[in-house]
Amino acid sequence: MKKAFAALVVGFIFAIGLGLSGMTQVTKVFGFLDVFGHWDPALMFVMGGAIMVHAVGYHFVRRMNAPVLDTQFHVSKKRGISASLVSGAFIFGVGWGLAGFCPGPAIVSLVTLDERPWMFVVCMLIGMRLFTLLSRTRIYSPP
Amino acid sequence: MPLEWIYALIGGVLIGASATLMLYWNGRVTGISGIVNNLFTRNPALWRWGFVVGLLAGGLLLRGVRPEVFVTALQAPRWTVPVAGLLVGFGTAMGGGCTSGHGVCGISRFSMRSIVATLVFIAAGVCSVLAFQMWEIIG
Repeated sequence: MKKAFAALVVGFIFAIGLGLSGMTQVTKVFGFLDVFGHWDPALMFVMGGAIMVHAVGYHFVRRMNAPVLDTQFHVSKKRGISASLVSGAFIFGVGWGLAGFCPGPAIVSLVTLDERPWMFVVCMLIGMRLFTLLSRTRIYSPP
Repeated sequence: MPLEWIYALIGGVLIGASATLMLYWNGRVTGISGIVNNLFTRNPALWRWGFVVGLLAGGLLLRGVRPEVFVTALQAPRWTVPVAGLLVGFGTAMGGGCTSGHGVCGISRFSMRSIVATLVFIAAGVCSVLAFQMWEIIG
């Protein structure tokens, strides 16, 4: 229960960050990716600011033996560049450029009750499910 | 420095701070696609739902005080939205992360996998926007 409340606080701050930064404006995302047109570099500052803070935060937090509410850290130990990493990132990027939504801002935008974020999130969940189903078949064999 | 860049930076700082709090309290990576992908598993952890409720609560506050931060429509045909959703869902599940998990958390710990993934999805996004514009001009 404590972990759920902690995550709720984190989600709240995260959403405010997304809103203030411009990530919930699909036109801005489009402008950022429109490198060969009217490029809008603003979103570079979002990633820059976030990495600046979290790189320092990560460094100090990982010096602890364990997080406050858990017995261990759950950080991916995967190494190596796999075909699924690269192709997955590519497919995600194509979709990101097509509608201007990535998962976080799309979920926060659900509160507008506008049909676009709802349609997007429902299809995103279907897409995730499709991958899970595919990854259980023999067609897909990760290295 | 334009005001919107400053807002972008402040927003980014809040995102980085929240990811740090997540690691400090729960020891978890703030990767939205991973959290969402595991919401409906057989044994869903309550913290994932707590996080999503927090995102929506933050969204509601924004809608109340700064509704102009929400722009949900591009000048693009409606079919692009469901197609984009499918691609984003499939791609983030396959690549193991999105803008937050790879782009912010992964790069912050200097993970080579996340650096590559982020370069690839930004490049793919740029190609996607370019291809769509070409298609609009020709069509």
